[in-house]
Parts: sequence; C-alpha cells; structure tokens
Amino acid sequence: MIEYMLSILIWLPTIGGLAVLFLGSGDRSDSSSAGWGAPLALGISVLTLALCWPLVAGFDNSIADMQFVERTPWIGAFNVYYHLGIDGLSLPLIVLTAFVTPLVIIAGWNVITRSPAQYFGAFLILEGLMIGVFCALDGMLFYVFWEAMLVPMFIIIGVWGGTRRVYATIKFFLYTFLGSVFMLVSLIYLYLESGSYSLLEFHSLPIGMTAQTLIFLSFLFAFAVKVPMWPVHTWLPDAHVEAPTGGSVILAAIMLKMGGYGFVRLSLPITPDASQSLAWLMITLSLIAVVYIGFVALVQKDMKKLIAYSSIAHMGFVTLGFFLLWPILAQTGSTDGAALGVGGGMVQMVSHGLVSGAMFFCVGVMYDRMHTREIADYGGVVNTMPHFAAFMVLFAMANAGLPGTSGFVGEFMVILSAFKANFWYAFLAATTLILGAAYTLWMVKRVVFGDVANEQVAALTDLNGREYFVLGVLAIAVLLVGVWPDPLVEMMAASVENLVSQVSQSKL
Amino acid sequence: MDFVTPQFQPAFPEIVLLGSLCVVLIADLFVDGERRTLTWLLAVLSLLATAGVLYMAGFTETTFTFSGSYVADPLGSVLKLFAVLSMLLVFVYAREYLQSQGIERGEFYVLSLFALLGIMVMVSAASLLTMYMGLEILSLSLYALVAFDRDSAVSAESAMKYFVLGAIASGVLLYGISLVYGTLGSVQFADLAEALRRTDGNDLGFWFGLSFLVAGIAFKFGAVPFHMWIPDVYHGARTPVTLLIGTAPKIASFALAIRVLVDGLGDLHAVWQDMLVVLAVGSIVVGNLAALAQTNLKRMLAYSTIAHVGFILMGILAGTSEGYRAALFYTLTYVLMSGGAFAMILLLAQRGQESDEIDDFRGLNRRSPWFAAMMACFMFGLAGIPPWVGFWGKLNVISAVLNAGTGPLYLTLAIIMVVFSVIGAFYYLRVLKVIYFDAPGSSEPIRKPVDFRWVLSANALAVLLLGCFPGLLLRLCNSVIA
Repeated sequence: MIEYMLSILIWLPTIGGLAVLFLGSGDRSDSSSAGWGAPLALGISVLTLALCWPLVAGFDNSIADMQFVERTPWIGAFNVYYHLGIDGLSLPLIVLTAFVTPLVIIAGWNVITRSPAQYFGAFLILEGLMIGVFCALDGMLFYVFWEAMLVPMFIIIGVWGGTRRVYATIKFFLYTFLGSVFMLVSLIYLYLESGSYSLLEFHSLPIGMTAQTLIFLSFLFAFAVKVPMWPVHTWLPDAHVEAPTGGSVILAAIMLKMGGYGFVRLSLPITPDASQSLAWLMITLSLIAVVYIGFVALVQKDMKKLIAYSSIAHMGFVTLGFFLLWPILAQTGSTDGAALGVGGGMVQMVSHGLVSGAMFFCVGVMYDRMHTREIADYGGVVNTMPHFAAFMVLFAMANAGLPGTSGFVGEFMVILSAFKANFWYAFLAATTLILGAAYTLWMVKRVVFGDVANEQVAALTDLNGREYFVLGVLAIAVLLVGVWPDPLVEMMAASVENLVSQVSQSKL
Repeated sequence: MDFVTPQFQPAFPEIVLLGSLCVVLIADLFVDGERRTLTWLLAVLSLLATAGVLYMAGFTETTFTFSGSYVADPLGSVLKLFAVLSMLLVFVYAREYLQSQGIERGEFYVLSLFALLGIMVMVSAASLLTMYMGLEILSLSLYALVAFDRDSAVSAESAMKYFVLGAIASGVLLYGISLVYGTLGSVQFADLAEALRRTDGNDLGFWFGLSFLVAGIAFKFGAVPFHMWIPDVYHGARTPVTLLIGTAPKIASFALAIRVLVDGLGDLHAVWQDMLVVLAVGSIVVGNLAALAQTNLKRMLAYSTIAHVGFILMGILAGTSEGYRAALFYTLTYVLMSGGAFAMILLLAQRGQESDEIDDFRGLNRRSPWFAAMMACFMFGLAGIPPWVGFWGKLNVISAVLNAGTGPLYLTLAIIMVVFSVIGAFYYLRVLKVIYFDAPGSSEPIRKPVDFRWVLSANALAVLLLGCFPGLLLRLCNSVIA
C-alpha cells in the first residue's frame, strides 16, 4: 500500500471530487444544512491530509533520490510513463496542498449557497491534480496535470466569483494556457532528442546552448506566468479579486507555487547553462517584482488586490533565491551559499502559501459580513471583532516578515545569500522588509484600528467557531514554521544540495 | 482477350451496404404515416451488418481487385468502420429531431446510406476514377440532404451554394485527373507512383494536374482558401444534416488526401508539401480567427472545423508515416468530438425550435448539470486541453511536424499551431462561459429519448476516457499505417 501512496494521494481527491459532483447538485436556499456534498468533501480532504503522514514518516531526509517511485507504461506509442516520485522539493508542497484544501472546504461550508456540491467537488479535483503536478516525473504526465488543473479553477472563479468574474477567469485561463503551450513544444523537442518524456532523463540529457536558451525561455514563459513574475503578472490581481475566497486561497497558496516548482524541477536542471547565462535577467525581473510591485501594492484600495500584489512581491523572493545560485557560485565558488538561496526560496514558497492563504481567509471573513473589499469601507474593526483583529494582525506581521513568523525565515535566508552575491541585490531585496511592512501594516491600520467607521462595521459580529478553527490552525502553522523551521529545512536540504551540484555541471 | 470474373470479395462490405440500402429504399415505400420506425430500424440494421462484415474481414490483408482500381487494406477497413460508426451516431441523434420537426422521411436514411457508400468507395479507391466515382456518390447525396427540408428557404439556398461550388470543385478535380492521366498515362495510384519514378513528373501539364488535384482535395476538406461553402452549408442545413456533413465525410477527405497524395504521388512530397503548408496555415489562422466572431454555434463549429482541417493537413504535410498516423488519429477523434458537439445542439432543440445560437446554451448547468458536463467534454476536447482526447491529437501532430525535419519551417509551423490553439480555446471557453456562468434563459427540463441520452453520454465519456487512455487508439492508428 505504501508504494502506491502517491497514486492514492492523487486519485483519492480527484475521484472523490467526481463523486461529490454527482452526489449533490442544485442550489441551496437555506444555509442551515450543507447537503451531502460538504461533509463528504471534508471527509475526503481530511483523509488525504491524514494519508500524508505515512508519506512524511516514511520519507528519508538524507537522500536526494526520488522516493515512493511508481512507474508503469501509460502510452506506449509516445513512450510515456505513469511515473511518480517525490523528493525534498516536492514533499513540502504536497503536504501544503493537502493541508490547505480541508481549510478551504471548511471556510466555504455555509458560505457557498449556489451549487455547493459542484464547488466542493471542484476543489477536491483541483487538489488531486495539483498533487499530481508535484509528483509527476514524466514530462507528459506533468503537462497533463498542469493543464487539467486550469479547468476546475476556471469553473471556480467563473461560477462563484465576483462581478467581473467572466473577464477574470477567461483571462486567467488563456494567459496560463498561452504560457504553457510553449513548454509543450519544448517537451516535445526534448522527447525527440532523448526518446522519452522522463524528466530524470531530461536532467542528464546534453543539450546545445541555442537549444538550451530556447527551451529555457519557453519554460520561463510557462512558469513566469504562473509565479507570476513581472511583467506577465497582470492576470493575477484580476483572478484574485474576482475569485471566491477559497479560490483566492488555493491560487495564492498552491497554484503560484507551481511556477516556482517548475523552475527547480525543469528549468534549472534541464537547462543549467541557459539558466546561468540568463540569471541576470531572472534576478532583474525578481528585483523589479520585489521593489516595483511593492510600491504598487502600497497604493491599492482593494484589500484582495493589495494581497495579490504582495504575493507577486513575495514570489519575487522565490525566483530571486533560485537564480542567485549563479552569482553566488561565481563569487564564492561554494555550493553551500547557493544552497542557502535555493532553500530560502523553497521555504519562502511554503511560508507564503500559509501566510497569503491566511490573509485571503481574513479578507473573506470580512467580505462575508460586509460584501465589500474596499479598504475605505472599513475602519475600527477591532472594536467589534477583537479576536479576528488579533489573527489579522498576526498574519499581517507574518506577511511583513516579522521574526518568529514563517515569513521571516525564507526572506532572511534569501537576503543572507544575496549578500554573498552582490551587496546591491541584497540591498534591493531588503527593501521588502520596509515596503512589505508599509503596505501590510498600513492596510491593517486602516481596516482594523481607529474609530468605528460606519454603522455596518459597528454591527459586525466576531468570528464563529468555523472561522476560528481555520484561522487558528493557520496561525499555529505560521508560528510553528517561524520558530522551528528546522524540520522543513532538513526535509529539503539533501534535495537542494543535489540540485545545486547538478546544475553547477555544464551540459554543453 | 479473356474475360475474367473479378474478385468481388474485397468489396463485400460495400455490396452488403448497397444491397441493404436498396431494401431500406423499397421497404420505406410500404411504411405509412408520419413515423418511420421501420425504416430507421432497417437503416440501423444495415449499418450493423456492414460493420459486422467489415469486422469479420479483418484488418491485416491488402487485396486489390477490379483490375487494380479497388483496394481493401487495413487502413481502409479502419476508416470504413469509423465511418459506419459515425453514421450510426447520426441516425441515433437525428431521429427524434426529425420526428419533432415533422420531416422524418425515409429519404433521409436512404441518402445517408448512399453517402456512406460513397465514403466507403472513396476509402477503397486505388485509382483516380474509382475515387471520383465515390466522391460523386457522396457529394450528390449530400447536396440532396442539405436541401432535405424543401420548404426552408435557408436550406434551399445553402444546398444551391453547396451544389454550385461542389460541382465546380468536382470539375476541377476531374480536370486534374485528366491532366495527370494525359501526362503519366494511368489513373491507378500504383502506376502513377511507378511512372513518376521513371519521369520525375517534370512536365508542365502534370504540374497543372497536380495543382488541380490538390485544389479539389482542399475543397472537399474545406481548407482555406476553398472554405467558403463550409459556414453557409453548416448553418443552412438542418442540424442532423450538419451533423452528418461534419463527421463521416471528413474521414473520406482524409482518405482522398492519403490515397492521392501519399499512395499515388508520394514521391512528389516536396512539391505538394509547399501547397499544403499554405492550405494548413491558412486554415488554422482563418478558421480560428473567424470562429471568434460567431454568435451561432453551428457557424462557430463550422469555422472550427476549418481550423481542425488545418491540423489534419499539418500531419499530412509532415510527409512521414508518423505524420500520417497523427493525421489519422486527429481525424478519427475529431469526428467523435464534433459529432457530439452537433448532437448537443440537437439535444437543446425542443418542440420544433432550433437552438443553435450560443446564447441558447445559457445556464445549461442549472437545467442539467450532466449534459453541461458532457458539453464541457466536447469543448475542452476540441480546444485540446488535456486530459481530453483532442489534446493527444494536437500533441501527435505537433510532434510529427517537429520530427519531420530540421529547419525553421517546422518549428514555425509548430509555434503557429500552439499559438492558434490558445486563440481557439477562447471561443470554446465562451460556450462554457454561457453554460456555466450565465443564468438560464429557459427552465424547461431536457426531454430526449433514452437512446439519445445514453449514446450522447457515451460519446462524451469516450472523449474523456480516450484522453485518459489514448494508447489503444494510437496503437490502432500505428498498426494500419506502416
């Protein structure tokens, strides 16, 4: 059973989600009962989370090889295998996915009144497909999961989203689809060169510089859209603002991580030389994301938009950490420093998943009560919702990178490694500590503190048990990673080192 | 000269079909009243009989007959089997619609069977004349079918257009045939290939003949710039007829291209490749862009057909057996998906009302989540999103084109294909937007006969399951094209 663990983690939610779709349909007018869909979906997602335990327990931190490998022929004509496996880079993201999904389902429990079964089913299917992306070791399998994932998200934003949801969801779909088709062409090229779609074979395939550059750029397009990196980030604020709370959470917490994961699983090891020669470009784009998007976030009037922009800035740290590898290697010649940057990027992904997810939950809590996301409509929320305010301030601090929260660990690691590369990189990256604090805390100040702004705020009720649970669990996770990041860092250490040593070998 | 009785056995499926369709024709004379249940049953039975004969004949041997102008080979058997299958879908989907519109007449089934006969003759053709004969049987049946609803001015108009343009195209094709015959001295594909090896085909008359042949093929496919008839005919014909035109004849067009260009003129690949590049790129670009602007689903699917034809031509122009297999896979899966999409229009047509505007699908998810999901299968399949089967078709073609040779041409073609797939995704998504995101325009429940619903569901699930497990169909395609 343990050898099929990854398959179970992928197909339990996917098939369970289909079952949920069929079990309940139609609208629910009264919000007293959630019908069959919600409890079933919750059960499946909690079971999925529970099944992560044997995965984590059975995972050997000390080796960088793929573990829990499954490999059976899938499509003989293309030499495509159903090939799964995880290492230290994918395991944390799988756990994160399994952790966030039940929270999303709990958060939508009574809130979703229109076709709730379809809502919960879509999230379960999405969960399975996302875990599939993190497990896939076959290029074609990876691509199938990667694309199929768009479908449930398209439906989620389009059906349960805000007023401009149609525009946002079609933009989201086409933008990401356009990004990934170029990856498809590259994958086909690699297949024609190597005779298989195995990612591990791609890793060791020698490729000429021109081809590497083209492949790198096509991967970059796919992953940069997903991350998203400046300047292909414009779909994200729209998608985030229009998506329902759960959709925003999954987008921010997991989907953006796909881009970062793609860089470490495909771009860096398959095209190391092109990555090296284009590292300047990646670092520049990352720093633009950190600094410029930070300023953009500062002027947002809509809370969700603000958090969306802050996500872009934080994901800039992730790509910065990954591509600092080259300058550090050039400066110090040691792989340890480089591993620090890559590890920092990975930690930042997990942390951002927790923190931005929590921030979107917070906005969702307020939106469910007030039906507005404008900062100007709020003020003095602490007077009527003291418990909520405490959570909100905690997550805001984590978003700003306060020591003791998860947000600090990744940013600190990346800035530390940036110093080894170049003082100015570190200087610019460190501005996020100021900018992040500025936009997050200023928003909190305007929303949470001050006098009660209007009658609606005066009539607010504090968190109910369900919301308390969701935010409480996230708060524990944020603090846990913040004060005790060792297990997370150790889980990834061997794979990160392996990655760094792998990419420092030229493939020309 | 001794007269030798030709071997009839390779043509046995066609003979069975012809015989049983005569039975249908005569039996229909004795059916009274509005309903044509007996005719329908007999028509379905003749399809099943043909399929059974085809299946029993097997998929391994290649036999020539009628002095080398007729061939029964594995590729032909597979194509015929799929053509019969798609015709079976047409009969199941069409019946209820024809009844409710009061136009269920025996001629519909008889003409459809004649069209199928034409397709099968084309698929089996080993000479240009057999090919032409099959094409005419098919075309004449289709002209009549488009005008089938004789009281409808729109149908009559589009039948007229189709007939005039189709007749010109047939003339062009025939002229090409005669030029080729005049220069190479034969109409049989095997002899043509032989003659070309001797002469290099370097002859002005032959070049003209080849161009005319390609133009004729492009017209039957509906490739740009010979696509003008497609939207009008698709739109003007009654939906069951559109369904028919949109499915099985594509198989015939594929056979036409493979037999003439590959079997007959394969050595001139470098020459006709250039022409196909123009046709394929034009079709993908024009088809996808024009489909964006459509508000009528039939017209939209018509333009999308043009775009898909571009993909099939891309596979053929690669000029490798990998490319032909890709084109075959694409054709078969396209027939499956577009047949289902047209059937969805029939599904919504209630009580004599056509529902072929995209807006008629508003809020389908509220009216019937199941059929909304079925439509989603067809749309995602046509858009080429994994895990639906359309994705593997596109992947196959792109892979074949990239593998066909080195040089910027093939990479450019691949980029054009993927970029226009994204553009094409937009109009399929728009249909889904209407289905899932908009409020329903009518709350009328969907009432259709059991067989319709089950077959449609099976059709949609086949699009999904073949996408999850494409190996079997891919192997089949690989086994029939060496």
